[in-house]
Amino acid sequence: MGIDKRFGAVHANRDVNLSVARGSIHGLIGENGAGKSTLMNIVYGFHRADRGEIRVNGRAVQIGRPRDSIDAGIGMVHQHFMLVENFSVLENVVLGAEGGRLLGKGLAAARAGLEALARDYGLDVPLDAETGHLPVGLQQRVEILKALHHRAEILILDEPTAVLTPPEADQLFRMLSLLRDQGKTVVLVTHKLREIMAVTDRVTVMRQGAVVHETATRDTSPKALAEQMVGRSVSLRVEKGPASPGPVLLEVRNLCVSDRLGVPRVKSASFALRAGEIVGIAGVSGNGQTELLEALTGIRRPTSGEVLLSGRALTPKGLGPRGLRSLGVAHVPEDRLKMGVVSSFSAEDNVILGYHDRGAFARGGFFRRGAIRADCVAKMSAFDVRPTDPSLRITSFSGGNQQKLVLAREMDCGPSVLIVGQPTRGVDIGAIEFIHRRIVELRDQGKAVLVVSVELDEIMGLSDRILVMAGGEVVGELPGAEATEETLGLMMAGVRREGSR
Amino acid sequence: MDTYREVILIMAATIRVATPLVIAALAGMFSERAGVIDLALEGKMLAAAFASAAVAAVTGSAWMGLGAGVAAAVFLGLVVAFACVTHRGNQVVAAMAVNIMVAGLAPTLALAWFEQGGQTPQLDLPGQRFLGLPWPWAQAARAHPLPGLAYAELVSGHSPIVYLAAIVVPASAWVLYRTRFGLRLRAVGENPLAVDTAGISVNALRYQACLISGVLCGVAGTYISTVASAGFVRDMTAGKGYLALAALIFGKWRPYPTLAACLLFAFADAGAARLQGVALPGVGVVPVQFIIALPYILTVLLLAGFVGESVAPRAVGVPYSKEK
Repeated sequence: MGIDKRFGAVHANRDVNLSVARGSIHGLIGENGAGKSTLMNIVYGFHRADRGEIRVNGRAVQIGRPRDSIDAGIGMVHQHFMLVENFSVLENVVLGAEGGRLLGKGLAAARAGLEALARDYGLDVPLDAETGHLPVGLQQRVEILKALHHRAEILILDEPTAVLTPPEADQLFRMLSLLRDQGKTVVLVTHKLREIMAVTDRVTVMRQGAVVHETATRDTSPKALAEQMVGRSVSLRVEKGPASPGPVLLEVRNLCVSDRLGVPRVKSASFALRAGEIVGIAGVSGNGQTELLEALTGIRRPTSGEVLLSGRALTPKGLGPRGLRSLGVAHVPEDRLKMGVVSSFSAEDNVILGYHDRGAFARGGFFRRGAIRADCVAKMSAFDVRPTDPSLRITSFSGGNQQKLVLAREMDCGPSVLIVGQPTRGVDIGAIEFIHRRIVELRDQGKAVLVVSVELDEIMGLSDRILVMAGGEVVGELPGAEATEETLGLMMAGVRREGSR
Repeated sequence: MDTYREVILIMAATIRVATPLVIAALAGMFSERAGVIDLALEGKMLAAAFASAAVAAVTGSAWMGLGAGVAAAVFLGLVVAFACVTHRGNQVVAAMAVNIMVAGLAPTLALAWFEQGGQTPQLDLPGQRFLGLPWPWAQAARAHPLPGLAYAELVSGHSPIVYLAAIVVPASAWVLYRTRFGLRLRAVGENPLAVDTAGISVNALRYQACLISGVLCGVAGTYISTVASAGFVRDMTAGKGYLALAALIFGKWRPYPTLAACLLFAFADAGAARLQGVALPGVGVVPVQFIIALPYILTVLLLAGFVGESVAPRAVGVPYSKEK
C-alpha cells in the first residue's frame, strides 16, 4: 500500500503496492537488492516505512515494531534464523509468548499445543533438543512453529530454501500448501524462479525497489518472470560446446580436512581435475565444501591426504595461498566481502591484491600507480564493470560488479587452474550470464576450472562433470549432461549412487 | 579438637569473605546474561561502599546507609546502561570510565566532607552497622563443641547481609530458569535479534538487567564498608569486583557454580589469612607475599585449564543494532 523507504541515499522501496489474498501462497520475486527483504521487514515492523500504510483484513494497522506486527497476526521466518542456539526448541518457540510470568504452566501448555500442531501439519520437532544442534531444516521448522505459536495468520518466509536440500525444500512446500489449505496466508520471498512456479498462486515481481509486475502464477513462465526481474531478455541456459579434457592438472587423493575446532569436515576426498574441463562440486552449504576449498587454495592445512599439481605433490608441507598463486592456481573465494576484497579499499587496490608485488605493479618496493590504474581500467572494460572508475571504493559497486572485478583479477594473470567458490552469490541475473560465459571461455582456452556452488542450476549449467559432497565425503560423480535435479538432490541428501566411485 | 576448631573458624571466615563476592558475581550474572559486560562491578561496589558509610556516619542508621549504597550503585549502573545500551557505546570503556571515576571521586568527596584523609568517620555507634545476629542458644551451644561450635560460628551470628546472600543465590536461579523474565534475559544475551523479532524490547531488558545488577552491587558495597569494616577507606574493594567477575566466568554464568567459585576464592583468602606465620610441616614458614597472592594464583590456574571451556553468553559486549 504505497510503501516508501530510503536508507540514506538508497531508495529501497518506491511506492510499493502489494496485496495478498487470504488463504493463498503469494510469491515475491526479484533480484538481490530489489527491495523484497526491505519490504517484508517493514511489514514485520523491523524497519519503519517513511511513507505508506499497511492494511490487514482491510483495516489499517500501525506497525512500528515487531510486537505490533505479531499482534496483527503476522509471523516471519527470517532468512537468517532468529533462534537462540543454546535454548531448547520449546524455549525458543515460547519466547515472546510465554503465557504468564512464571514459565512452568506456559511451557506445559505450549508443549501440548505444539504436539497438536505436529499432528495437524506434520511439523515434528524434538521439543527438548538443543536448537543449535538441530539440522537447519528442523531449525526452520522451529521458526515456523514459533510463528504459529504466536498465532500468526499470515506467514512470511524470506528465502526459505537457501539452506535446504531439494527434498527438504519440497517438504517445506508441502507444509506450506497444507497451511494454505487450513486458511493461513503465506508470502514466499525468493529469487528462485523454480520455487515460484512450484508452489505459489500469485506472484509479484520487484525490480530496483518497485513492483514491476503481478500475475497469477499459472499465467506466466520462468522466462517471462526472469525478464521482468532483469528488465530485458535473458538466457537462462549457459551456452557451451562439448569439453575436450586434457591432462590432469590437479589431483586430490584421500584428502582430510578439519575445521578450526578440530572437527573433521572433509573425509577422504579424492578426485582429479583435467585441463579444459569444468568440474562442479554440488552440495548443501556446510557439507565440507568450504574446508575443501580452503585446503586446495592453501588457506587451511589438510590433516592428511595428498594434493598434486601437474603431478607434483603439494602436501604435506603446503605452499600457502601465495605459493599456489605463483604456480598458477587462482582462487575466487566463496565469501567475496570476507575473503575476496578489502571493503574499504578502492577498486584498483583490490584488483592488485595478491599480485601487488608483480613487476607490472611495483618496482623497488614502490607501487607504479599509473600502471595499476591503467591495468584496472583495462580489466574493467574487459569485464564490463560499471562504473569504470578505478578510484571508487569497492563497496560502491553492485555485487555483480564486485564479483566481476575479483574474477578479472584472478583470470587475467594467466592461471592454469581456477578455483571458484559460489561464482554468482549475491550477483544479479545479467552478471550471472556474463560470469558463466567467462568461465566457459577460460575452459575453452584449455584451463582447468573447479566450481563449488550451492545453486544446482548453476552447477548443472556449467559443469562438464559434477561431484556431490554430503557430510564431508564425495558421495558421487556424474557427467554434467546426465545430471538432473532429482539425482543430485538424492545424492546431496547422502544417498550414494551405485558404482559411482 | 584444635584442628576442628581451626577448620570451623576458617569456614566462618570463608562465609564472611564470600558474601560480597557472591552478591557481586550474581549482579554480574544478571547483567552479562543480558549481554552487557559488567566490568563496572568494581566501581559500583566502591561507590556503594562510600555512599553507605558516609550516610550511615551522618544519619547513624545502617538502613539509610544501605539505601544510599544501593542508590549510588544503581545510578552508576544506569549511567553505564545509558552509554552502552541507549547509545551503543563500548561496554569495556564505559565500565572502566566508571571504575576510574569512582576510585578518584570517592576519596575526594570523603576528604571534602569529613576531612579525615579521604576516609569516612569510624562507624562505632550502635545502629550504624549491620552487626551479627546471634541465633538462639548460640552461646550455650559453644559448650558442646561438636555440633555446637559449628552452629555458633557458621549458622548463627552473621550480619543480615550474609543471610541475604544465601537467599539471593536460589532466588537468582529461580528467576533465571523459572520465570518469563529469566527466559527473555537469557535469550537477549545470546541472540538479541531473536528477542527483538519476538516482539520484546531488547533495550528495556538490558536496562532491567543493569538495574538489578546495580541493586545487588549496592548491597555488596554496603557490606564491604559497614559490615566487614567500620567505615570507608580508599580503594577498599581491592579488586573484589574483578574477582567476582572471574568467579562468574568459572561458574559459567550459572548461579550455583558461581557460588561454588566464590566460596573457593573466599576459602583461599580466609585460609591464607590463617596461614600467615604458620609453619607448615616440611615447608617451614610460608612467605606472606605468597599467601596473599594465593587466591590470584588459584584464579589463573583454574581459568587456565581446570574448569574446562567456559562459554560466555554469545552477545555479551556487543551493542545491539538492527542494521548489520
